[in-house]
Amino acid sequence: MFTELNSILNTTPDSFTQGEFILLSDRQSDASFLIHHFLSLYLRARCKVCFLGLVQSFNHYSAIGQRLGVSLTQAKEKGQLVFLEGLKESLSVLIPQDTETGTRAMDFLRDPAVGLKSLYEFVRSGATSSGVGGREADGGEEWGPPVLLVDDLSVLLSLGVSAGAALDFSHYCRATVCSQLQGNVVMLARSDGRREEEEDGDDEGSERLLRGLTHQCSLTLQVQGLPTGFCRDIHGQKCAGGGDKAMNSTNRRNSFSTKSTTKEPPSLLPGHRALFSSFTFPAFPFGLLSLLHVTTDHHVSISPDNTSWVLSCQK
Amino acid sequence: MAAPVSTVGKPSAERLPLNTTSFQKKTRTKLISIPGTRPSVQNGQLLVSTGVTSLDYLLGGGLAVGTVLLVEEDRYDSYSRMILKYFLAEGVVCRHELFVASAQDNPDDILQELPAPILDDVAIHKPVEQPRLSCEPQDSLDAMKIAWRYQNLPKVQSALASSSRFGHYYDVSKTMEPEIRQAAKCHRFYLTEHPTQSPPTHSTMLESYSALLKSLQEVINSEGFDVAAPMSKSRNILRIGLPSLGSALWGDDLSCHDNPRNGHALATFFYGLRAMLRSSLAVAVVTVPSHLIQDRALMGNITRLCDNAIALESFKGSERETNPLYKDYHGLLHVRQVPHLNCLASKLPDHKDLAFKLKRKQFTIEGRSGRSTCCRRSSERGSGGRWASRWADV
Repeated sequence: MFTELNSILNTTPDSFTQGEFILLSDRQSDASFLIHHFLSLYLRARCKVCFLGLVQSFNHYSAIGQRLGVSLTQAKEKGQLVFLEGLKESLSVLIPQDTETGTRAMDFLRDPAVGLKSLYEFVRSGATSSGVGGREADGGEEWGPPVLLVDDLSVLLSLGVSAGAALDFSHYCRATVCSQLQGNVVMLARSDGRREEEEDGDDEGSERLLRGLTHQCSLTLQVQGLPTGFCRDIHGQKCAGGGDKAMNSTNRRNSFSTKSTTKEPPSLLPGHRALFSSFTFPAFPFGLLSLLHVTTDHHVSISPDNTSWVLSCQK
Repeated sequence: MAAPVSTVGKPSAERLPLNTTSFQKKTRTKLISIPGTRPSVQNGQLLVSTGVTSLDYLLGGGLAVGTVLLVEEDRYDSYSRMILKYFLAEGVVCRHELFVASAQDNPDDILQELPAPILDDVAIHKPVEQPRLSCEPQDSLDAMKIAWRYQNLPKVQSALASSSRFGHYYDVSKTMEPEIRQAAKCHRFYLTEHPTQSPPTHSTMLESYSALLKSLQEVINSEGFDVAAPMSKSRNILRIGLPSLGSALWGDDLSCHDNPRNGHALATFFYGLRAMLRSSLAVAVVTVPSHLIQDRALMGNITRLCDNAIALESFKGSERETNPLYKDYHGLLHVRQVPHLNCLASKLPDHKDLAFKLKRKQFTIEGRSGRSTCCRRSSERGSGGRWASRWADV
């Protein structure tokens, strides 16, 4: 859990808005550190977490979680964390065994045209089952609102699932977890960052997915490479903008730079965009995080200097 | 998990050393004694050498066990094939097991072309070779006059000493001796010899990829490379080499058509490969003819499914060959992805513009400002420990 990010988003483990759909996206960089942040945040907030880890093994998240101060193994044992290890489950589907073991969540690998219904069933059972009133009548712990974390959604597109099916899945998850159960949903969607003028037939899948998810979500966190190039010390930049009465944030552009190292969480240093051009090496852009407050409340305000943000008003 | 040092190396009873003293150095992580590997300085991952020292440096010290290195081929598949051969040759020298799967060349032909290691202390398994001990005082010709204290040491180091080094050097102009090569156990998968079944397809993968995955899993399970397998015998690493995956010979039309029919077959295969490697002591180097694949988005998906990815671009036949700017190099090397396993972020290479050069005894990768990415080695035996200090400051 990164405290600076918490202060920017005005969230703490004790108080966070419920019913939120948070989209994490990146272009030519890696936003997965944000998933670890949210995972540790919600585990500390004593929420019931359903985690779809589709691209890495459980031990990877567990090792990072320990550095951030949460123990995933303990949470899993206590029933707070429901974890789908996508890689492990997929092997039993891809290499047909004689015995059918494991969950049916990864069945879409057999025939992606069918869609993600079985994955949604897994999410629903994971989010609704609770320790209270479960098997242990006396020992069950009460957990907070359910939270769904998906890492990441765009790998489903590479495995043959259509963007429409992925959007349906996210819509169903949002309807169940956010609206019905008043929980939160955090999804990571990655893209290559191709410009829209280039062959739009190629990347239609991931761009379409990203656009659809941006429309559905209430908060977007975007990680981008630095426009001026890669800097060894400062890895990225974060822009926060947008007016939002409901969130009580100020209407100014805040630029933050992020620096990711292996041991420390990204530290956010306030800075200005112009600073970065003096540090550049002609190398890889690494990280630039922008916060787009896209509100879905009735109270929509667009301040004059932030006309570039598109705020959609929907319920 | 990509074989972290601590979970694999659960010490069993027979691993405890016989201590002559009661003083035992307290170590946080338990080191596994698999030859040819070492733990990473950054995050304790178990690393193996790719056979190319400068590539090891780029990847953060070596290739982590349980990961995939994707090499996007150059146009004539000369340098990417060279990297694959270095990788397999390193496996032979370190006594790892090999798995080679190919659709075009017979795996045996690929194995016969491995470059010869340069070191003179790689043990050649001839029974007559014996270390000469000091109990031959009549050998006065070899008696040392000045360094007489070293007279008693054996003159030929054992194979274990040489394979405990990390990273070796190879002479490209010579092929590896058959005796050395045959000492390594090798599994083969040649697509043309594999009977093509027509079962009901269980996934979007092609039959060829399914068969390859199944064969890989059989080898991993039967030879005990599974991390979960009981630690009854000593562990070893399986090195998997897959040249030209995704070419038309695998039955994939990804490289032939703009809108391939089964565009996700290769990506699904990489997903399955990743799943399999995460739970076994294996490491894979895959070369893909990406210059034939028109769909860049698909290539991006495949790159993201692999942990390490580099792309080679050779100057052969292009106008850059005669460009004075590039005259020292054979091609450009682009690092598309570095892994971050069990940690939040990875250490990216300092330089973006990297160029490579294949010399007879070394494959160098340099930043185009002229600085080499790792210590240059002289043509004689260099010490492996010298360059370790270069990236000790992470």
